[in-house]
Amino acid sequence: MEVPLIKIEKRNDAPMALYFFTPFIAIILTILGGGIIFYILGFNPIEALKFYFITPISNLYGFSELLLKATPLCLIAIGLSFCFKSNNWNIGAEGQLTFGAIIGGGVALLFYNQDGFYILPLVILAGAIGGMIFALIPAILKTYFNTNEILVSLMLVYVSKLLLDYLVVGPWSNPEGFNFPETRQFSDSSRMPLLFEGLRIHAGIFLALAAVMLSWFILYKTYLGFQIKVSGLSLKTAKYAGFKGKTMILVVFMISGACAGIAGVGEITGPIGQLHRMISPDYGFTAIIVAFLGRLNPFGIIFASLVVALTYLGAETAQIFLQIPKYTGQVFQGMILFFLLASDYLLFFKVKILNLKKNELRH
Amino acid sequence: MSLDISFIGILIGSIMASSVPLILAASGELITERSGVLNLGVEGMMIIGAISGFALMVLTDNLFIAIVGSMLSGIIISLIFGFLTQSLLTNHVATGLALTIFGIGLSAMLGKNYVGIPGKEFPVLFSGLKEIIPFFGPILFGHSVVLYFAFTLPFLTNYFLKKTKLGLVVRAVGDSPVSASNQGINVILIRYSCILYGGAMCGLAGAYLSLIYTPQWIENMTAGRGWIALALVVFATWSPIKVLIGALIFGGITILQLHMQAIGFRIPVQFLSALPYLMTIIVLVVISRDSRKIKLNTPTSLGRIFYKEK
Repeated sequence: MEVPLIKIEKRNDAPMALYFFTPFIAIILTILGGGIIFYILGFNPIEALKFYFITPISNLYGFSELLLKATPLCLIAIGLSFCFKSNNWNIGAEGQLTFGAIIGGGVALLFYNQDGFYILPLVILAGAIGGMIFALIPAILKTYFNTNEILVSLMLVYVSKLLLDYLVVGPWSNPEGFNFPETRQFSDSSRMPLLFEGLRIHAGIFLALAAVMLSWFILYKTYLGFQIKVSGLSLKTAKYAGFKGKTMILVVFMISGACAGIAGVGEITGPIGQLHRMISPDYGFTAIIVAFLGRLNPFGIIFASLVVALTYLGAETAQIFLQIPKYTGQVFQGMILFFLLASDYLLFFKVKILNLKKNELRH
Repeated sequence: MSLDISFIGILIGSIMASSVPLILAASGELITERSGVLNLGVEGMMIIGAISGFALMVLTDNLFIAIVGSMLSGIIISLIFGFLTQSLLTNHVATGLALTIFGIGLSAMLGKNYVGIPGKEFPVLFSGLKEIIPFFGPILFGHSVVLYFAFTLPFLTNYFLKKTKLGLVVRAVGDSPVSASNQGINVILIRYSCILYGGAMCGLAGAYLSLIYTPQWIENMTAGRGWIALALVVFATWSPIKVLIGALIFGGITILQLHMQAIGFRIPVQFLSALPYLMTIIVLVVISRDSRKIKLNTPTSLGRIFYKEK
């Protein structure tokens, strides 16, 4: 008689195909898991999933909204991939996004009653610098004071959100705004050009695509990219090879912060058009999931940002049609990351099914 | 407003009340981290504890069941983290983040029908003495049983880690899992237990918010306290007694900021709200600079994956 026996072996060489295939397993498992949760909550799972994943993108407007939400996610995740690849745990992209939006928004407010082709580039540049400066804080503290970057970057998220809150309630609030917590509307010269009449998708998407191309070039074609990858694989090797760890840490944080800052500016000069309290539905945190789901690969991140953007859109649709709180998007986002991490097990271990004769088992 | 002595007593009492969720969650996370596991899911576990405690209170009308249930739900949700990090060897940071994001979403989903339902009054102990004794009355008496538990927990945790055999085992697992494993200690089992214990304490911390501190369910009501608790563990350099002190400082800032708002203090409220976060960063910098100081109590293998070849 044959008895199947499961044997687990550690492996050192996971096939590349599997590496890029497991995210799809994670997505499928997430959809199944979501169906089960909807069923438990008393909804028809097929119908609920349809509202979640198909209805939102079944027309042109929906598709434009998908791209609109994927844009900041893609930009931030591209930046984060530099940090994560080199083992730097920047989880405060939300703060860098907010600070970038504050600085960029500040410049836009300076020109609120002026026109000129140079204004938008200035605003974007200011946002990138803002995000960069904000990301430099955990980076400098990590390199020169040995401080844990996870906690510092995270604490700064709250600091930046409180700063934004202070500005839009206090000194920057619209003088003609009846004390609403918001600034003036930006002038048309500081707004991202819309790509199509009647749709919200804007030129920011080109910035995201440029970031993808640039990051691919830096990571795979330059010495810096090589350093980043080696440091991620083994810090000891990197030191042995004589790489200057400190400079590299500062650089990856700056890249990451700049991307998040530009994403923040994209939001306020794109769909929002002013500064107020809620400029981002936690894009900075969700982009961490995007970076992982995209396997820290520039083109993988494009795909992942579309998938995760769909969870945002789906949550909004489900809220309208099924009266489920918008937060369900986070349930899906959390599940994607859970399943992705779990399926990584297949990369590190080989699951072998051995068919042994029963008497062989005793030995 | 006069700053008389009885007012200061009431003020201290309210600072204590606001520090309870921080003490509970940070004490739980401290044990988890001492075993070498970094669980960034504190916020997610707390919010799950908050909704399950409140929902059970509404459903059963029994506060005891609600409290125990919140701890159980904290355990269940931390089991996801335990299974992933210990059995499937996933990265602690990413898994913890996923837990927080998942927890916040799930709690809002579960709590959909509980928004706007008024809470129930939670019984307090020695409320008579609170009125009679000036100054010390509001400090020592008239609190819920959870508060008294929270204020003894750091001392119990300290005793557990320093004086008991099991505490020594936990520290050994956190400092050197390989040697501990060679000594015949089941590293994975110890780490699982510490993760689940942390889950239970975070669940309780959440229930304290939704049942006692502000007895109602509000989406996202933990409002970053889980992250503060995480910072608090580092702030305290993994020492339970310092967790208590740190929680009182952070709780104090929260209360102070409310009172300063009330008396029309001129510093914008947002700056005061940012203080706990800025202070955490400053303390992190100060303790991290002195590597001897931070190494004294830091679990050496914190956040590293342990795998035993079978």
